[in-house]
Amino acid sequence: MTLSDIRTRLAGLGGRTYWRSLEELADTPEFNEYVHREFPAQASEFTDPAGRREFLKLMGASLALAGVSACTRQPDELLVPYVRQPEQVVPGRPLFFATAMPAAGGYAMPVLAENHLGRPTKIEGNPDHPASLGATDIFAQASVLSLYDPDRSRSTIGRSAIKTWDSLITTLQGAITAQRALKGQGLRILTEPITSPSLTEQIQTLLAGLPEARWHQWDPVYGTFQGGAPAAMPLYRFDKADVVVSLDADFLGFGPGVLRYSKDFSSRRRINTPQDQLNRLYVVEPVPTITGGKADHRLAVKARDVHNFAASLAALVGVAGSGNQALGTNEAKFASAVAADLHSRHGRTIVVAGDHQPAAVHALARQINEALGNVGSTVFYTSPLSTAPADGTSSLTELVGAMNAGKVDLLLILGGNPVFTAPADLDFHAALAKVGTSVHLGLYYDETAFQCHWHVPEAHYLESWGDARAFDGTVSLIQPLIAPLYDGRQAIELVAALNGHTTLRPADLVRDYWSRAFHGKTTTTWTLGDRDGKPFATLEQFWRRALHDGLMPGTSVLDWQKGALTSAPAGPVGVVPAPPAATAGGTYEVIFRPDPCVLDGRYANNGWLQELPKPITKLTWDNAAYISVATATKLDIPLTRSGNQQQPIIEITHKGRSTRLPVWVLPGTADDVVVVHFGYGRERSGRVGNQVGHNTFGLRTAATPWFDSGAEVVKTADSYLLVSTQNHFAMEGRRPVRALNTDDYRREPGLVAAMGVHGFEYKPGETTPAPKPRKLLSLYDDKEFKYEGNKWGMVIDLNSCTGCSACVTACQAENNTAVVGKDQVDRTREMHWIRVDTYFEGDPAAPTAIHQQPVPCMQCENAPCEVVCPVAATQHNDEGLNDMVYNRCVGTRYCSNNCPYKVRRFNFLLYSDFTTPELWAQRNPDVTIRSRGVMEKCTYCVQRINHARIDAKTEGRDIQDGEIVTACQQVCPAEAITFGNLNDPNSKVAKLVAQDRNYGLLEDLNTRPRTTYLAVVKNPNKAL
Amino acid sequence: MATEYPKGDIRIPAPVLAPGLSLRSITDKLSVFVLTKNTPMAWIVTTAIGFMFMMVLMVALTWLFLKGIGIWGNNVPVGWAFDIINFVWWIGIGHAGTLISAVLLLFKQDWRTSINRFAEAMTIFAVICAGIFPLIHTGRPWLAWYWLMPYPNVMTLWPNFKSPLIWDVFAVSTYFTVSLMFWFVGMIPDLATFRDKAEHPVVKKIYGVLALGWRGSARHWHRYESAYLILAGLSTPLVLSVHTVVSFDFAISVLPGWHATIFPPYFVAGAIFAGFAMVLTLAIPLRALYKLHDFITMRHIENMAKVMLVTGLVVVYGYFCEAFFGWYSANEYERFMLKNRIWHGPYAWTYAVLLLCNFLVPQLLWSKKMRNRVGMVFLVSMFINVGMWLERFVIIVTSLHRDFLPSSWQMYYPTGWDFMTLFGTIGLFLTLMFVFVRLLPLISITEVKMLLPQKAQTSAPEGGGQ
Repeated sequence: MTLSDIRTRLAGLGGRTYWRSLEELADTPEFNEYVHREFPAQASEFTDPAGRREFLKLMGASLALAGVSACTRQPDELLVPYVRQPEQVVPGRPLFFATAMPAAGGYAMPVLAENHLGRPTKIEGNPDHPASLGATDIFAQASVLSLYDPDRSRSTIGRSAIKTWDSLITTLQGAITAQRALKGQGLRILTEPITSPSLTEQIQTLLAGLPEARWHQWDPVYGTFQGGAPAAMPLYRFDKADVVVSLDADFLGFGPGVLRYSKDFSSRRRINTPQDQLNRLYVVEPVPTITGGKADHRLAVKARDVHNFAASLAALVGVAGSGNQALGTNEAKFASAVAADLHSRHGRTIVVAGDHQPAAVHALARQINEALGNVGSTVFYTSPLSTAPADGTSSLTELVGAMNAGKVDLLLILGGNPVFTAPADLDFHAALAKVGTSVHLGLYYDETAFQCHWHVPEAHYLESWGDARAFDGTVSLIQPLIAPLYDGRQAIELVAALNGHTTLRPADLVRDYWSRAFHGKTTTTWTLGDRDGKPFATLEQFWRRALHDGLMPGTSVLDWQKGALTSAPAGPVGVVPAPPAATAGGTYEVIFRPDPCVLDGRYANNGWLQELPKPITKLTWDNAAYISVATATKLDIPLTRSGNQQQPIIEITHKGRSTRLPVWVLPGTADDVVVVHFGYGRERSGRVGNQVGHNTFGLRTAATPWFDSGAEVVKTADSYLLVSTQNHFAMEGRRPVRALNTDDYRREPGLVAAMGVHGFEYKPGETTPAPKPRKLLSLYDDKEFKYEGNKWGMVIDLNSCTGCSACVTACQAENNTAVVGKDQVDRTREMHWIRVDTYFEGDPAAPTAIHQQPVPCMQCENAPCEVVCPVAATQHNDEGLNDMVYNRCVGTRYCSNNCPYKVRRFNFLLYSDFTTPELWAQRNPDVTIRSRGVMEKCTYCVQRINHARIDAKTEGRDIQDGEIVTACQQVCPAEAITFGNLNDPNSKVAKLVAQDRNYGLLEDLNTRPRTTYLAVVKNPNKAL
Repeated sequence: MATEYPKGDIRIPAPVLAPGLSLRSITDKLSVFVLTKNTPMAWIVTTAIGFMFMMVLMVALTWLFLKGIGIWGNNVPVGWAFDIINFVWWIGIGHAGTLISAVLLLFKQDWRTSINRFAEAMTIFAVICAGIFPLIHTGRPWLAWYWLMPYPNVMTLWPNFKSPLIWDVFAVSTYFTVSLMFWFVGMIPDLATFRDKAEHPVVKKIYGVLALGWRGSARHWHRYESAYLILAGLSTPLVLSVHTVVSFDFAISVLPGWHATIFPPYFVAGAIFAGFAMVLTLAIPLRALYKLHDFITMRHIENMAKVMLVTGLVVVYGYFCEAFFGWYSANEYERFMLKNRIWHGPYAWTYAVLLLCNFLVPQLLWSKKMRNRVGMVFLVSMFINVGMWLERFVIIVTSLHRDFLPSSWQMYYPTGWDFMTLFGTIGLFLTLMFVFVRLLPLISITEVKMLLPQKAQTSAPEGGGQ
């Protein structure tokens, strides 16, 4: 480290800064290492079996280090109370600020960020925003952990040395000046899909002065299309649709509209009386998805055959010019039944084409919707919102061509990690070496940053000013919740600096754009009005309202209330493009999917997402190749698993490229299909995500990013440990999930209760009366305890629940639940307080249904855990909660042994990270951080109950129904979870308990669970 | 009593004491192990092995306290594993000692005399080994050691008296206290003998303090006899109660495989079965090592083998009852538990080995020829030691790993630390046992003297002071 490095670093820090030593100032990895290794944190060494022999060495070393650190002068820090208390800042009471997370393809995820004394700790959905309606997904929930990630990049790096922002801008301005002479011939900008109006304007201003420069877009998940990008962007109204057909579309689990769509779809699955009508969902897909799990009828076909199915369906519903394709008997029967059903509900159906399907399928789906009269009532087509070039693969191909030709002098990579994610055949890595100057802006010093000449740390969205549009076009402002922790910068700042605005901060840039927009002086004309559509009187009123609400109501392309487009509809379908031709070769079809938890690898360093069990497979910390039972038999892969075990590795060869991946048998996958998830195998993501899983991008090519035939699959002799949090997916006749058909439920509502009787077998369509459930004798006093006041209870509607697992991450964020790592998950010691169980019904080779069941603590009235605790650390309180007293717990684990639901989680080791200072600020101050040796479990978010109780007491009233919202309930896009007071007969939860669909899990054990479920009611088509 | 058998008949019971012993020769033969200055090489080697394993335990426990329960294989469906298996196993082993010293005393079984002392010692050491586990199996032992006790405190916090673990605390601590008293009181006359016979003044002093001023007067003998009988009376119910309470840890729960009413008698029988196996495991090598053939005769070995056979059959009856209850209940969880345990579960092999060890192998003891072969009896006891450990594995792990919801079914695999703790407690047990053999009377000198024909009529044998 040289003096110039230190000066550079100092120049980069704003204002007065204290430092402990020169090394800290320089923020080198060595210094961080030293800080982390200071006694007693070196205990981390002991976890590593290889490091154990270092025991004595470390003991000696730490003694020596203890002396060294004693010589370091501690910084002077003053602790003074506020002289003037900021308005509304009350210690112990969080504030909520509306902002938006740029997620899925640049679309906004509108959120409310919870802020405790200046620290964002939790993300909630924005209930006013049509794209959220109060819900969020796993990525928004986990984003708060990424904010505090200690591995985020912290310094501007220029040619392997620490540099200042100013030196970067000087360099870039020089380069741009040079480019101006060449009309920008050598300038290329590569971004992810962007919806931000202000950033778009800055980029367009820059490009306007440099007509030969190009703007490219790449996103391996949302901006990538096979067989061309769809010409029109659809928006759906699932709440209006009686019949929904999904053509490989995971609209409940994937994409920017997932929250709205889940909410709308679930509203048609929620029934109050047996007479209520359900919608019906048909899913045609190659691999089970969240949407496939909700299907009333699911057809597993290869991804390529979805086009055939769509064409046949189009012919059957009367779309002219679509020749009936040759389908198998099963498929043909399915198609005709679907077509008949669609015909019977003219204008009240939806056919959804999947994001991974080629433009041909999208065009067919649109034609079907048009033929059925859905367009304008349940489906709306408009032009795409994203302002960057739409088709990422062709855009990136063009860029790589220019790079290889040596035409690129200056490449600005604003976000994204193309070195890791680019299609294998483009070899972006090699092309990057031919670029004159490359600049990368990103949250992490990742694979791309490592290959670029310059790297700038990006500000997290919770540290940023900005704007973004949701999938329906509604604009949200992004406002910072905290000053940048690590000297992060934003893309708009960088581009504006190149436009000559070096002194303007992002806040000024965004406000400047919207003040011009308010006065109608921007290229795009915006309709800015309040919720009633009335224009604002002053700019200040508009700005404050937009910031406060987190949305600008008039900017949506669809009026959700009226159900009409506010923007121009998309042009006619025109000629349906041909589907991409199949590749000859092997007998398998390879399908690529982003990992449901870490996406393209961008969340690889997020422990919450790594450990979140993936929907349906419950795999954690790894990606795997999914194959069907029949394919497994063919490849000689063992089908039975009694626990986590070594799985065989298969080698997949496609178009001369190959990859090796452990295999996972997933019932419901189409036969002869191998599903490959990408996003794993990162090399430079940070301490959590490095070298986790297998990198499969080496198999993905620009022409076939989503699926292709002609792959070879060979079982190798090697194996690899895959860990899953669930290893038995059959219900074993115990019916933890009670599922029945709507006709049977209507005829005999008592069937749900009867399904709890041992030995009773439910046969669809059988008309024998259901047996009455019989009560078993209890070992304990069975008298009903009268709860004065409140009696909390929860109902989970399994018919609404999609199994998206957002509740798991929300619970983790709210309750400071620790991440334990792959090794501990392998030992089944994960700490999630709520889990989502998956069960398959029917033959594993062709399962008839996939059920999802969230399982939090049941808060049993007769709790088996309470009687057995020797120190009375778990007790019933006067509102019926099964309280856990961490301070009193000695950790005998008897409660867990005696819990029939196994919802109690034990701190077998010290799982909570007490030593990483960055993470201290992340935690919810209302929830104790549990130490080693203590049992923990779901508390019904008792801290939220207590907040509501204090509020109610202060105001001298009772707690209102709906006032307490648990973290899992709040996040749920399907509104499957209801919490409230069972003593109040008018509460929502009490009404759900009174339903015939209500049942308690394992209630025959006399535990009398407080958390109860509403049974699954399927709506099958009799023709199938 | 054996006059009806012809001479040389195999059925004639062996004598309790070998012929030709006198009061003096008994004192000499039995005190020489302690008072000799020449420690036998075999003792040094065996004690060193035991000590080494004890050190393994120390390492395992240190690491456990530093890191937490997570170093073991325990997980969430299987919250208890080696820790509680070892606890139940050791506590069961202890039972034979009390049975021999107390119950057989009250039933006037004179053959118990030669083996009761070290059987009692075995009880105490086994309870020490067992007593470690309820403490160390907790997540926070530094709090558990006193929070499980009912002590008055300003928070007025009491343990949960509904919890079987609290019953355990009382049962085990009572058992340990009474056994220790019983053992010590029984040793007083012998300690006085050592005091009198010891030559080194320091040794003399130590035994003198331990002998509590015993002079062998008639009054002393009278008090001693009464105290011994009262303690025997106190110990007797403990033989039944301790393992009954331990079995409640399981029987009180809701878990299929644990929740069974047969557990108390089945556990007590199992305990005695395991305990006698352990007594034989210790007695047979000690007999050879110290040439105790005069005192531990074939009669003892045969009787103990018979007790094993009987209790073993009771245990097997317990297995049968468990299976029958599970089937007859028509409860799908119970029926599945049985299928999983016996037939198709991943741990079904443990049940097969269990049946081999606890059911098939002990059937050899029906044959008198087999009972008379010391090596064979030793082998059978070793099988039973293993089998009874496996029985607790089957009950604890196999029941826990697949309970009610299939989604929480998982596997359990022990780690090296689990085995280190198990073998470490065996090391601790052996170390304590060998130290006992070297320093304290292995066989009760006074009580053996009562077996001599010339003493049979008098109630008070000569004790120390002679």
